[in-house]
Amino acid sequence: MNYPYWVAIGLLMLGLYTMIAHRNLLKKLIGMAIFQTAIILFFMLISVKRGATLPIVVAGVIDARAYMNPLPHVLMLTAIVVAVATTGMALAILIRLHAAYGSLEEDVIAERVAADAARPPSPPSDRS
Amino acid sequence: MRGHLPVLPLLLTLTGALLVPIVAVISRRAAWPLALAASGAAALAALGGVVEVLAHGTRRYPVGGWAPPWGIEVVLDPLSAFTAVVVAGVGTLSLITSGPGAASAYRRGTPGFYALALIALTGFLGMIASGDLFNVFVFLEIAAISSYALVGSGGGPALAAAFRYVVLGTVGASFYLLGVGFLYTLTGTLNMADLAQRLPAHAGSPLFVGGALFITVGLALKMGLFPLHGWLPDAYTYAPAPVAALLPAVATKAAAYALARTLLYVLRPTELPVTAMLAWAGGAAIIVGAVLALRQDDARRLLAYSSVSQMGYIALGLGLANPTALAGAYLHILNHAMMKAALFIGVGALVLRGRGPGLAALGLGREMPVTGTCMVVAALSMVGVPPVGGFFSKWYLLQGALEARQPVLVIAILVGSLLALVYMYRLTEAVWFGESPPGAARAEAPWAVLIGLVALAVAIIAAGLGNSAIVARLLVPAAAGAL
Amino acid sequence: MDVPSILPGLAPLPAGVAVGLIALSRRRPAIREMWSLLAALSQTVLVLAMVPSALGGATLVWQPFSLAPDVPLVLRADPFGVFFATVSSSLWVLTTIYSIGYVRALAERAQTRYFASFALSLFATVGLALAGNLLTFFCFFELLTVAAYPLVIHKGTDEAARAGRVYLAYTMTGGAALLGAVVWTHALAGRLDFQPGGILGASGASAGTLWALFALFVLGCGVKASIMPLHTWLPVAMIAPTPVSALLHAVAVVKAGVFGLVRVVGFVFGPEVLGDLGAGAALAWLAMATILLGSLAALAQDNLKRLLAFSTVSQLSYVVLGATLGAPDAFAGGVLHIASHAVLKITLFFCAGAISVVTHLEQVSELGGIGRRMPLTMTAFAAAALMLAGLPPGAAFVSKWRLLVGAAESAAWLAMTTLLLSTILNIAYFVPIIVRAFTGPAPAAIEEAPPAVLVPLLVTACAGLLLGLFPDAAGHLLSLAQTTATSVLSAP
Repeated sequence: MNYPYWVAIGLLMLGLYTMIAHRNLLKKLIGMAIFQTAIILFFMLISVKRGATLPIVVAGVIDARAYMNPLPHVLMLTAIVVAVATTGMALAILIRLHAAYGSLEEDVIAERVAADAARPPSPPSDRS
Repeated sequence: MRGHLPVLPLLLTLTGALLVPIVAVISRRAAWPLALAASGAAALAALGGVVEVLAHGTRRYPVGGWAPPWGIEVVLDPLSAFTAVVVAGVGTLSLITSGPGAASAYRRGTPGFYALALIALTGFLGMIASGDLFNVFVFLEIAAISSYALVGSGGGPALAAAFRYVVLGTVGASFYLLGVGFLYTLTGTLNMADLAQRLPAHAGSPLFVGGALFITVGLALKMGLFPLHGWLPDAYTYAPAPVAALLPAVATKAAAYALARTLLYVLRPTELPVTAMLAWAGGAAIIVGAVLALRQDDARRLLAYSSVSQMGYIALGLGLANPTALAGAYLHILNHAMMKAALFIGVGALVLRGRGPGLAALGLGREMPVTGTCMVVAALSMVGVPPVGGFFSKWYLLQGALEARQPVLVIAILVGSLLALVYMYRLTEAVWFGESPPGAARAEAPWAVLIGLVALAVAIIAAGLGNSAIVARLLVPAAAGAL
Repeated sequence: MDVPSILPGLAPLPAGVAVGLIALSRRRPAIREMWSLLAALSQTVLVLAMVPSALGGATLVWQPFSLAPDVPLVLRADPFGVFFATVSSSLWVLTTIYSIGYVRALAERAQTRYFASFALSLFATVGLALAGNLLTFFCFFELLTVAAYPLVIHKGTDEAARAGRVYLAYTMTGGAALLGAVVWTHALAGRLDFQPGGILGASGASAGTLWALFALFVLGCGVKASIMPLHTWLPVAMIAPTPVSALLHAVAVVKAGVFGLVRVVGFVFGPEVLGDLGAGAALAWLAMATILLGSLAALAQDNLKRLLAFSTVSQLSYVVLGATLGAPDAFAGGVLHIASHAVLKITLFFCAGAISVVTHLEQVSELGGIGRRMPLTMTAFAAAALMLAGLPPGAAFVSKWRLLVGAAESAAWLAMTTLLLSTILNIAYFVPIIVRAFTGPAPAAIEEAPPAVLVPLLVTACAGLLLGLFPDAAGHLLSLAQTTATSVLSAP
């Protein structure tokens, strides 16, 4: 049965929905994490073979059909690292956003950005 | 050294990126020259790559000596060599302008900026050089993460823009990854050349359709193609000036390259209407982007929407997929990178000396004539006035559209030029005929900015007059392998 | 027969170099003016040097590099190109002298930009005159649009800015249409070079396609050529200083449009293709309408320069009409009219400028009695006006006569009637000005125009007369026109 693939698709949709529907930026971030995880899950699923075991060599067994395809695992290691880095980056941005605007709600931030823009411009300042 | 030319550009920028923070601990002021040296060397290496390709044809470089299709491969062919020069060259010119004195909107000479910029360039150059689909993803994300950080470094509204960029960019990259997964499931290989051979046998499969669509949508999002451009306006408007000099010029072009490469050379979906959709999305982007640009009062936002419009030209050319249109699209990669860089750098300089990015506050043309003149050259190129570069990419695109019997797209290109005239005129008028804002510093832009600007303006003119050589010797062979 | 030579490439060079030199001499007005004058003189000499070969059948060609892989940049000194280049270059000399006097007298602002833009415009004009294919032509054509813009907005007032916007809107839209037409031609014919008799004959395109293409070309060139209803920008652009109006709107910009149209009619489509399509006739109708409506509009104008603008609109279509009639005399007459109208119209503009310099007046109704105080100026005006209307032995008489003969040859009775009617209308709007100038009380405190302004207009007035008496002098203008006509109309 292909139900694991349906789970992956479900998670994908869930992640997308969360990213779109919620106004809280942290929740959007969670949605993004779910979205990325769904894709990782998908790749894991395509490496599975019937009757195969983890791709760690068991002494004496050389037949490729006995092991799951290790390549998607390897690719996903990279993808997980990328996801971690992206999430870390996003969290850093959120911390700064909260410090700058005092809120993590999208609409509140947009309001405050607009209010800032409406004030007379000051000379460009140093920012770190 | 010659043997390693395919990987040299990205290795040089990567090394630079690693060295800059270390060196900066010792001497903060060495960050900029070191960054410049690294990207300049990469640009020279890319140029060497072009010479190599012209002399000896395509070069394939197995990374670590592992032979493809199991190993990762780096490919130096006309298209990748050309785009690498564009990215590295324009990137270097942009970095020149973010030297001391120019970056007061960004902590002066911050090593972090230069390191991030070099990592971003590594990412772009890696995307371009890759001969393996997953490798493209890796470098895509390297470039993306550094881009998020670069955009977010502006503080305030830039943070909100950067977050949006993170979310949407990740969606795009993840779609791309999903598409790659589909293709892997189908064929068992990730190597581009290998896939190009194996895929035609599976042309009808739903996995192929799904893969093609996901990859196209993902890369189109990264490219800022309408209607997937949502992250672009805010990101380019609020990014600090040195970032705005770099990212708008090269980021979307690298993504456009990736799209061209995967769609036209690997996937080749002749039975799917993907290329047609791309062409029409491009046509729509041209008009919508230009119309939105017309209504902007913030010069940077005007240029951002202009980018949306101009990426439409590239998408249109890619979608039409005949050799002439492709030559036009590839040429526009070059032209747009240069003109957008020049315009953002110019606006950055005007904002630096003036009182803010609104059109009403930019009237410093008389005090900053060199900046103003270079911006006029870039504006002429944007509109498509011969013999400046931008005209010729439109020339080939128009021909390509006629060859493909798409009169509506021909009209879209021409109307796009007229709309570009209107918004470029607004910008130029604001610069040259606007009132000098009170309290503005009355001085020409810093010398670093001027060097970069003048170099870009000269390059724009040279690209126009010399386009025939570029097209005949690089771009036509590049287009030969497509679809 | 094509002969490779660097001469056509050298011809635009003085003007191009002058742009830079003028920009560099911003602090030394005398040097700046010297560069302009030197460039104008050298350009004229270079162009005249190409006349003998053009007439002799050995066309000088300069083809340095490619603009696109299959389209070279090519400057070709064929009779028609040399004709137009001669006219514009020689008149540039006179206009430069006039400009110097004019801007000094009025202490005009931004003189460096003024002279530099002039030089760039003439660079573009000579380039498009000598262009050997549509792409080269287009490049210089658009460059001319851009180069003339700073001149249109020169005064820096809001009205001038508005005029600049109108000018750009019209000319760039025309440019877009022209670009579409050029690309389409390339797709249909596979080539873009100008050949007498046209290049579209062998294209095998359908009549509908060719009609649409022709319409696009007319739109593209017609904006600059001020064919109605694309002429609106021209009267608006009269806000520019008078020497600008004189050269650019009587010689360079509008004549470039007309030149382009004749190139399209004679060297891209060819009389045969146009005749088969019936498109030539359609253009002739447009031309005739413009001739009459332009003259009628001129009748209603009080502003002298706007009146002259509408007169230009009307007179330009003489050239277009001549090109479409299909008779060698008419064609040659039309081409020659490029020169006659240029010389005479420039005289009229120079006079208008002189009046403006001395009296600061621009409305016809205020010019009563001026002739008594500025006798030389107004005599020149009267002479040029009457000659333009067709009075023999003026230059315009020669060209109009040929047009009439050609029209009669091709039994184009409507065209003949239009030409005769137009003559009457010309007289109708010029004579009252002349009469008013010489009757009525002479205004006080007015004296003759300063010499730097007066001499050029006298020279051009005399030139108008001499050109009529000896149409083949001054670079063999008549022979060039006739050679052009024969080559186009008798091509295989």
